[in-house]
Amino acid sequence: MTVSFCGLELAHRVINGSGTFDAIAARRAFGAALETEFPFAAYVSKTITLQPREGNPPPRLWEAASGLINSIGLPNKGLEGYIAEDLPQLASLTEAARGAHDGCAVPLITNVMGSTAEEFSTLVRACDGRSEIAAVELNVSCPNVKTGLDIGADPRQLQDVVLEARAQTRKPLIVKLTPNTADVAACAQAAQAGGADAVSLINTLRATALAPTTEAPSREHRVAHSAKPRASVENDRPPAAARRPAPWLGGGTGGLSGPAVRAVALAQVAAVAARVSIPVVGMGGVERAAHARELIDAGATLVAVGTASFSDPAVATRIARGLDR
Amino acid sequence: MSEAPFGRRLLAVTGMDELGSYRVLRVADPDGPDPEPGQFAMLATAERWGGGEDERPYLPRAFSIARCAEGEAHFLLEDVGPGTRRLSELREGDGLWALGPLGRGFTAPGDGRRAILAGGGVGIAPLAILQDALGDDTTVLLGFRDGSRAEGAALLRDARVATDDGSAGHHGLLTDLLARELQRDSHAVVYSCGPAPMLEAVRAMCAAREVPAQLALEAGMACGFGACFGCVVARRGGGFMRVCVDGPVLDAAQLERVDEHAGAPE
Repeated sequence: MTVSFCGLELAHRVINGSGTFDAIAARRAFGAALETEFPFAAYVSKTITLQPREGNPPPRLWEAASGLINSIGLPNKGLEGYIAEDLPQLASLTEAARGAHDGCAVPLITNVMGSTAEEFSTLVRACDGRSEIAAVELNVSCPNVKTGLDIGADPRQLQDVVLEARAQTRKPLIVKLTPNTADVAACAQAAQAGGADAVSLINTLRATALAPTTEAPSREHRVAHSAKPRASVENDRPPAAARRPAPWLGGGTGGLSGPAVRAVALAQVAAVAARVSIPVVGMGGVERAAHARELIDAGATLVAVGTASFSDPAVATRIARGLDR
Repeated sequence: MSEAPFGRRLLAVTGMDELGSYRVLRVADPDGPDPEPGQFAMLATAERWGGGEDERPYLPRAFSIARCAEGEAHFLLEDVGPGTRRLSELREGDGLWALGPLGRGFTAPGDGRRAILAGGGVGIAPLAILQDALGDDTTVLLGFRDGSRAEGAALLRDARVATDDGSAGHHGLLTDLLARELQRDSHAVVYSCGPAPMLEAVRAMCAAREVPAQLALEAGMACGFGACFGCVVARRGGGFMRVCVDGPVLDAAQLERVDEHAGAPE
C-alpha cells in the first residue's frame, strides 16, 4: 500500500531527515547494495545554499546523554555545484532505488536554505527548473542577515519567505520548522498561510557542550606535544591542564538530536498537527517502529529518521516494515 | 576498497584476550567481506549499549580492523571511555553490532620501496593487518607510554619498541627510532597510525626527507559512512576531508599538518 504525500506516491511512510544521509558517500561505502536495499521512501538532500560552504571547523560532534550534538555548519557545494555534480548522481541513485520498493518511485526532495527571502526564491526557482527534483524543502533555521532573528522562529518573517518561495514553483513546498522558537504551531500556521504544502519537524534543538577540564596533571608529557584533549566521541580524556571551560564545538553551539529529543518532538508534532491542515513530516529521536507510530498517531503523515541512521543505515527499512505490521 | 554490506550485522564474540594494557576482541564474521588493511568498522555491543554513566555510550565506536583471518575479525581495545569500557566487558558468546568494512585503506609500496610500519599505542592495530598483507619483509617500529602497553607489540611480528618511561625497548619516542631508520635508508614508504602528536611528528619528518607516508587517522565520528560530516580534518590547500570516507588512511601530502583531534586515543 502506497502513501500519498503532497501529490507524491511513496512506497511507505519513512524518509530521511535532511543532512543525515549522504547517499553519494553511502553509494561508495556500500556499493550497489545501497540501491537494492534503499531504506527511504523519498530521499531528502542535505541543505543546499546559494554559495558553497566548507562547514564549521572541528570538533563538530559531541556525544550527549542519549543523543548527539552536532555543529556541522551546512557544508555543501552551493547551488551551482549541487546541480552540476550531485543532482545527476542523486537522480540516478533514486531511480535505481525503485527496485527496493517494487518499482515505486523514490522522489528526490531538495532542501535549501537562504539568509534572505530573495536567496530562498533564487534557490527554489532553480529547483523548479529541474525535473529530477520532485519537491523542495525550506530550511528556515537560519538567521536573517538583516534582522539577526532566525527566519523560522518569527511567524511574520517566515510567512513572507514562504510566500516569495511559493511564487517560484508549483512543486510541493515543505517548510522544515525550527523547534527553537516560542510557539512552533504559530510558525507552522504561518508556513501554511504562506502557501506551504507541508511542514516538517523537529529540527535539532540548540545545544552546546563544554570541553572537559581537570586539575590532574597530564599523563601525556612525553608524547603529547599538544594540550588539547582527543576529539573522539569517546571524550573522557581530560586536557593537559586545568583551564576555563570553553565550548567544545568548533562552531560554538550545535543542535541536539537522537533519543534525547524524542519527547520534545512528539509534543511539537502534536501541537502543529492540531493547528494546520497540511501534512506533517514528524521526526526526532525515532529509532523503532513504535516511535514512528507515536508520531503518526500525533498527526504526522510521514516520519523521518536521522540520527538513528548513523548507528545503522538500514534502520529505516526495519521501521517501515514495523509500521506495516 | 572493500564495500560493506548495507546495514549493521550482529556478530558473535568468540573471545577476549588480554594483551598487556590492551584487549583483543575477537568476533566471528564468516560472511563479512575481506577488509583491506586500514579499513575500519563501527562497533556497539548488542546488549547494554547506552544507559551507563551520563547515559552513554550512545553512538557506535570506530575501530580499525586489526586482523581478519578464517572468518574471525580482531579489534584492539583500550579502555578510554564509556564505549571502550563496555566493549571491554564482552565475553565469548555475546553479541556485537558491526558495520563495515568502511573507508579507504593502505596502498602497497611502489618502485621497490620498503615498508616501515610506525605505530603508537592503540594505533598499532591497523598495522598488524597491514603486516599480514605485506609479509614479513617490513620494518616495524612501535611506541608506547609504558611497559604494560608495550606488551601490545606482540600483535605484530619483529617489532622494535620505544617507551616513554624506558620500561621496554628504547627509552624515548617512536620518532627517534624512525629517524634512525630513515637515516639508514630512506627508500621507503612509512605507514603510520597513533596519537595525533606522533602522527604529526611522523608527517613532518617524512615531509622533510621526502619520504612518502600514509597516515591512518582517527576522528570522533557518528556514522562511519559519510553521513554525519562530523569527522573532518583540514585538507592542504583548503577545505575539509571526511576521515571516514576520504580516509581513514590519507596520503600525508594531503595534509598541511595532522589535526590535534585526528589521532588514536592516547
